[in-house]
Amino acid sequence: MVKENKMVSKLKTVVLSLLLLFYMTPFAILLLNTFKNKRQIISDPLALPDSFKLNNFIEAFDKMNYIHAFFNTLIITVFSVFIIVIFSSMTAYLFVRCKWRFNKIMFFVMVASMLIPFQAVMIPLVTIYGSLNLLNSKWSLIFMYLGFGTSLAVFIYHGFIKSIPLELEEAAMIDGCTRLQTFFKIVFPLLKPTTMTIIILDMLWIWNDFLLPSLVLISSDQRTLQLSTYYFNGTYTSDYHLLMAGLLLTIIPVIIVYIFVQRHIIKGVMQGSIK
Amino acid sequence: MNEKGFFNKLKIYLIFAGPTTFAFFAVIIIPFIFGIYLTFTDWNGLSSTYSFVKIANYISILYDSAFWTSFLLTLKYVFYTVVIVNVMAFTLAYFLTSGIKGENFLRAGFFIPNLIAGIVLGLIWRFIFSRVLVYLGQNVNLGIFSTSWLGNPDKAFWTLVIVSVWQYSGYMMLIYIAGFMNVPKSVLEAATIDGASSFQKVKSIIAPLMIPSFIISIFLTLQRAFLVYDVNLALTNGDPFKSTELLSLHIYRKAFLAQDYAIGQSQAFFFFLIVAGITFTQVYFSKKLEVEQ
Repeated sequence: MVKENKMVSKLKTVVLSLLLLFYMTPFAILLLNTFKNKRQIISDPLALPDSFKLNNFIEAFDKMNYIHAFFNTLIITVFSVFIIVIFSSMTAYLFVRCKWRFNKIMFFVMVASMLIPFQAVMIPLVTIYGSLNLLNSKWSLIFMYLGFGTSLAVFIYHGFIKSIPLELEEAAMIDGCTRLQTFFKIVFPLLKPTTMTIIILDMLWIWNDFLLPSLVLISSDQRTLQLSTYYFNGTYTSDYHLLMAGLLLTIIPVIIVYIFVQRHIIKGVMQGSIK
Repeated sequence: MNEKGFFNKLKIYLIFAGPTTFAFFAVIIIPFIFGIYLTFTDWNGLSSTYSFVKIANYISILYDSAFWTSFLLTLKYVFYTVVIVNVMAFTLAYFLTSGIKGENFLRAGFFIPNLIAGIVLGLIWRFIFSRVLVYLGQNVNLGIFSTSWLGNPDKAFWTLVIVSVWQYSGYMMLIYIAGFMNVPKSVLEAATIDGASSFQKVKSIIAPLMIPSFIISIFLTLQRAFLVYDVNLALTNGDPFKSTELLSLHIYRKAFLAQDYAIGQSQAFFFFLIVAGITFTQVYFSKKLEVEQ
């Protein structure tokens, strides 16, 4: 009985590993073709490359203005996630601890707003910010991410803060902490697991977002990685060797980060779903 | 909190919730309300004057066959995506919580497509469908791939479903794994001792206890499938002949390329009603089911 179970378990591992291998073939094919020239890619996209020269990468790196786009994306993601975490946790704290009617209404409106798809506000959003001359700026985009991201973050923090006992805060207040000090010294550190979850969910969303930045960031020097990849593809449609290298370059930073923090990401996504 | 007095409260509110409230209103609520207002005008996005047309935009949507084609296509896409993604994800989660070797590695592996931007995934798959599979079809005699799937309206639709299933099933798998881990081991052991088969255990114990996971996973898949944009743009670009233009892309093009702001916004608002209606109904009825269990 035990032996049979071990066999079954091994068989499962083998079958699932094969399935994973199959899942990963698009990436393998991409990798394979980044080292070939245009003619080789078209004549046989599955052949192994003759050599492993980095020419394609160097050319694509240059042509898609990679460094610039990378730092644009990094700045936008880091600042957006940072302000979403700080301001949303404070808001959720207020909503949990001060049961004013206005707070209850605001919390309800925020939760209900999560049903509004982005497409329902994108046209007026572009109109309003365009007429105020606020488009084409990273900082406008970061501000918009706060607006779009805060509801979910407040909702998740709200659920967690409810379970924190009041006594700790009361002790701190008696010791002379202000409301704000109490929050940052006592409550915020306790929220660490929730904060991790929100950082992960929002990083995945903002780093990879396309539609909103494509509407807000107009000039080419403002482009994020996803935007520059897309426009790069539009410009060099038939230069497969450059495209392949460009796509791989966009993927690499994410995969490197994933290798190091994979456990946290998996945990964060799972936590994010149990609310 | 025991803060008293209106101004004291206002101060506390502004310190703690001022920035979020301001951004939330400036980015979602005001555009949303302004958007509803726009649907009753004939504004084209450029001119400085426009007039009120009452519900003419909504009536024109009723007769807009391109819109309804895209709408039905989106419903079909959402249906297949939601069903297949959740079946795949549940199955993967079932096997990846049965205590096999390399579980963590496999989980991490299946999640990888979710790390990468839809635009990039779409472009990779575009290459696969237009070059690699066609190459296979012509050289290995796989007739089904001998012409590019992206050039055929029916097959191009399925490329969208295939890529979405590939992309999302790893994410939903994690949600189901979280659900599986909440099923108490003791109950399952008791059932095994009583002679329950694997299928019986899934049907009578695991599935009912995992209703919350189903609710969340189906909710997320519904939303993502309805709102899909980047994969659609990068993979099929709505081609051939607009046969794969899902609603998001359709609305985007209506407003920003055809310069029909008001009509585009009316379609977007209609779209909101449908998505909100369907997701709300789904959550409402499955919560009810949860209570009855």
